[in-house]
Order: sequence, then structure tokens, then C-alpha cells
Amino acid sequence: MSLMKVFNISGSAVSAQSQRLNVVASNLANAEAVAGPDGQSYKARQVVFQSTPAPDGSAGVRVSTIAEDAAPPKRVFEPGHPMADAQGYVTQSNVNVVEEMVNMISASRSYQNNVEVMNTARALLQKTLQMGQS
Amino acid sequence: MSGRLTESIDFHGRALLLRAERQKVIASNIANADTPRYAARDFDFRAALAEATGYDPASRPAPAGGAAPAVRAAASASPGAGAAAPAGTVATTHAGHLGAAAGAATGARVDTTAMRYRVAEQPSLDANTVDLDRERANFADNALRYEAGLRFINGSVRTLLSAIRGE
Repeated sequence: MSLMKVFNISGSAVSAQSQRLNVVASNLANAEAVAGPDGQSYKARQVVFQSTPAPDGSAGVRVSTIAEDAAPPKRVFEPGHPMADAQGYVTQSNVNVVEEMVNMISASRSYQNNVEVMNTARALLQKTLQMGQS
Repeated sequence: MSGRLTESIDFHGRALLLRAERQKVIASNIANADTPRYAARDFDFRAALAEATGYDPASRPAPAGGAAPAVRAAASASPGAGAAAPAGTVATTHAGHLGAAAGAATGARVDTTAMRYRVAEQPSLDANTVDLDRERANFADNALRYEAGLRFINGSVRTLLSAIRGE
């Protein structure tokens, strides 16, 4: 029954979007993190979506990789900071907070859409089960 | 009399299977709304229904019978036929291409080679052609038509039952 597959498809999308939300949360949490003693600051991460087509024409989605952002880290002039270098600069993570917020809104909208799809499929299946009984 | 009634139930049953198939395809499009380079797909519902039931509303006059006009309206008013890409069917030139392994259509199953790609009205930078507003509209429309098909079947069953009971 094709309607049952809707749950698989939308379920994969919901799972992928929640993973994206997780990554956004991790990026936002580390937005202001300064570099440790090794000089390496936190690198922003981005999920890469990939569709998983099936021979019957349906296509779910999965997170193929989580890529690290190659942008240079932020350098903030803060001479009083204990982690400041000789010039008085502190190296912070390369997270772009505005981008992450946009990412978060997009992920939550997509999540909601797929939940709605599953709700509709559930209602249709329920009515199909009652076929001929009314 | 009974033969014609069950015929109508059979027809709507096949239409229902196709509606479920289309629901699945649209759900795939919605699921991949954020996937880079994903091409939104759909199929021509009228052609698929004609293939599954041997009844093409465009070429044949409607047969006599109560249920037929409603069926024709449901099939020809499908917006999927208009929204699908007019560029013809997708050619499968590689064994890994979608639909190449699916084989011939049997019963009410959609032959996936008849799957078409939507033309993006507002192309996006990541080459994704899913128009979420349109997909949601299609999804709601398809769900409604599925329910309509269910009601047709329920109505036929009720008619048949009341004729049997003689109430």
C-alpha cells in the first residue's frame, strides 16, 4: 500500500530535519567559543542532504555527511582576555549566527510540513480502514 | 445490475490506488524540499488512470450509468496533469536510472518511466525544483480526491446493501 510508504518517506525527512536542528543547536551553542590551547577554534557544521530514491518512484532523504565550514575563524580584539594572543586578539569560532537562525527556521518549517503530511496520510488510512462500514 | 455496481467499485478502487501512489510521490517531493539538486516529480494522473482502467475520458463517450459523470469530472479536473512538465516522458538510458528496473505497469501500479519532472517557476541556487507551496496544494487536493473516491465506494456499497436487504 503506497500510503504506508508515506510514513517512511516523511519519517526520513523528519529525522533528517531534526538532525539539522541538532547541528544548528550545536553551532549556536559554540558561536562565542574561543580557541583552546591548541589554537583550534570550533568550526561550524552543516548537514548535507541527499535523496534516497527507490525504484517505485518514491524518494526519502538522509543526511549524507556533516561538513565543516571552511570559513576563517572570527578574530576579536580583546586585550584583557586570558586567551588573547600577543596582538590582543582572541580567536573565536567561525559560526555565522544569522545564517544559523535562518537555518533553524527553515528546518523547523520543513519538519512541520512533513508532520502534516504524515497526519494527512494517517487520516486517509483510517478512512480507508472504515471503507464499506458506514 | 450487480455487475455494473461492482464495476464502479472496481474502477474507484483502482483510482484510489493511483491516488495513494500520487500521494506518495508528492510526499517524496515535500520530504526533499531542502535536498540540493533534487528534481520534483509527478505523473499525469489522467494517463495513468486510463492505463490502469482502460477508460480514457478524453477519447471515449461516457458510458451510461450513475457514477460515470462524477468520475470523469474527477479525472479530468486533476491539476497534476497541468502542472507536470510538458517535455515528454523521462528517458532511461542507464540501468540505475529511476524506473528502468520497474518493468511494465501491472494493474493500478504506476509505471515509473511515466514519471515527469516539474518545471521550476522560480529556480533556486541549489538546483532544487520543489515548489513547496504548489506541492502542499497538490497534496491537499490529492487527499481530498482520495476521500472522494472512498465516498464513491462507500456509496456504491450502501446502495448494493440496501438493494440486497430490500429495505
